[in-house]
Amino acid sequence: MNIVDMTATQLSAAIRAGETTAVDAAEAVLAQIKKEDKNYNCYVTVDAEGALAQAKEVQAKIEAGELTGPLAGVPVAVKDNICTEGLLTTCSSKILHNFVPTYTAEAVKNLQKAGAVILGKTNMDEFAMGSTTETSAYGPTKNPRNTDHVPGGSSGGSAAAVAAGECIYAIGSDTGGSIRQPASYCGVVGMKPTYGTVSRYGLIAYGSSLDQIGPLTKDVRDCAAVLEALSSHDAKDSTSVSREDTDFTAALVEDVKGLRIGIPNDYLGEGLDDEVRTAVLQAAAVLEKKGAVVERFDLSLVEYAIPAYYTIAAAEASSNLERFDGIKYGYRTKEYAGLHNMYKKSRSEGFGEEVKRRIMLGSFVLSSGYYDAYYLKALKVKALIKKAFDDAFAKYDLILGPVAPTTAPKLGESLADPIQMYLGDIYTIAVNLAGLPGISVPCGQDSKGLPIGLQLIGDCFQEKKLLRAAYTYQQEVSRHE
Amino acid sequence: MTNIISDETIEYVGILAKLELSAEEKEQAKSDMGRMLDYIDKLGELDTADVEPMSHVFPVENVFREDVVTNGDERERLLSNAPQEKDGMFVVPKTFE
Repeated sequence: MNIVDMTATQLSAAIRAGETTAVDAAEAVLAQIKKEDKNYNCYVTVDAEGALAQAKEVQAKIEAGELTGPLAGVPVAVKDNICTEGLLTTCSSKILHNFVPTYTAEAVKNLQKAGAVILGKTNMDEFAMGSTTETSAYGPTKNPRNTDHVPGGSSGGSAAAVAAGECIYAIGSDTGGSIRQPASYCGVVGMKPTYGTVSRYGLIAYGSSLDQIGPLTKDVRDCAAVLEALSSHDAKDSTSVSREDTDFTAALVEDVKGLRIGIPNDYLGEGLDDEVRTAVLQAAAVLEKKGAVVERFDLSLVEYAIPAYYTIAAAEASSNLERFDGIKYGYRTKEYAGLHNMYKKSRSEGFGEEVKRRIMLGSFVLSSGYYDAYYLKALKVKALIKKAFDDAFAKYDLILGPVAPTTAPKLGESLADPIQMYLGDIYTIAVNLAGLPGISVPCGQDSKGLPIGLQLIGDCFQEKKLLRAAYTYQQEVSRHE
Repeated sequence: MTNIISDETIEYVGILAKLELSAEEKEQAKSDMGRMLDYIDKLGELDTADVEPMSHVFPVENVFREDVVTNGDERERLLSNAPQEKDGMFVVPKTFE
């Protein structure tokens, strides 16, 4: 089997068994990047030299018996909004075109402890604002399943890199669906953990109350292994949660007997593509056949999640992105008259259109006179949405539905109408508002050959139920392939 | 569009957001923001009179720690990212005469 086609679990086992080495693995994946990335543009930065140096070190530790886990020696791609010491981190923005962090994000450090080899930084929508990876200042990423289509976003480079064999697994960030939706469009597994599970220290903030780092992998087993490595309580992130149940690989059990699964009628209504609906309901039938109890129910409030989200996320973004002022790091305009003019010109030239749109909206909804009507209102609606999920999880262990209403749109068709693009987040966004874990698992393809994703949503801290159901589904389906 | 954004409002938002927009960008921003606010106004359909605003989904308390320095001196490395530096400091345009 080709190294680039292996899962992390398979590759680390082969390395441990002496069938290959971490260095061979890094070389094989770097060769794949060299061969393929001109077609897909998954990466903003590839660190070939650094990757080979890390691989040598990791190989020595594996041989010394110091590293024995499923990620030891396995090459990983990191989304370009996650800081890596000494390695360019741009957020796919012109304003950070030359930013080299002086520290590494806690999540990446956790992967390094597990023996990860970092290949480089993946393309994304600028500052994670977008659903297609087309708002990147460094050109769009193309979907490896069909290069006329987008990979989704904002973690589009990460999802595409996994799909193209340009890494063995990747990490991304999910503020409103930015891991799950590109995973769905590219036919890979993606998971957003419960808020607070993975440290946000070193993740360049977009919507701080919504952002979570999570895995993009080839299968559910890898997803559990990567999440297990990523999770930690971190005093440097004051919203980090102390959990003891992060042995997620223990949940890889093929058993859904008696598991209560609810399908929201609101997730199957108007706007949902017929082929997506059929594939998702077939996946539900697979779980039902394996012993799950599947029912339809009304979740309610679904159409209010997007306006609440864009109010809250834009507000937080306007505050978080104030730090980009052309003084401490990043882009500074060439000509200016005084300090304020320099701020304004640096920011106006450095940020792209979508980022400016959200900063302005956020500034407006937080401004005096509008704060109560918009921002506070959105926080109240968030409370109602959380309550709707609480009611649902009183009846069900998991919620099942599509990840996105359609498969990947064509390149160039989304940005002209922002609100239409935002509507594509309808099934993923409420999960972030309520802090819940959600996973995207491939469940077939449409007549054009584009992947379809199944979404499973759990109550807070119920990742293990998600992983167990997702694993059971994947095992059952793989037997019939 | 029911939310008409005035020139004064977009000017004010530009100041808050620290963004300088061309005349063309201003017109686009007025229209984009108006449309977005029309959409957000949908939240007004919900009665939230008795609902407490939720900023955090779990009951999280203030997190305190001792105020001690744990990292080393990184001045040189931090300054290496600055567009302009002099004598170990960030350089900014003159702010007073």
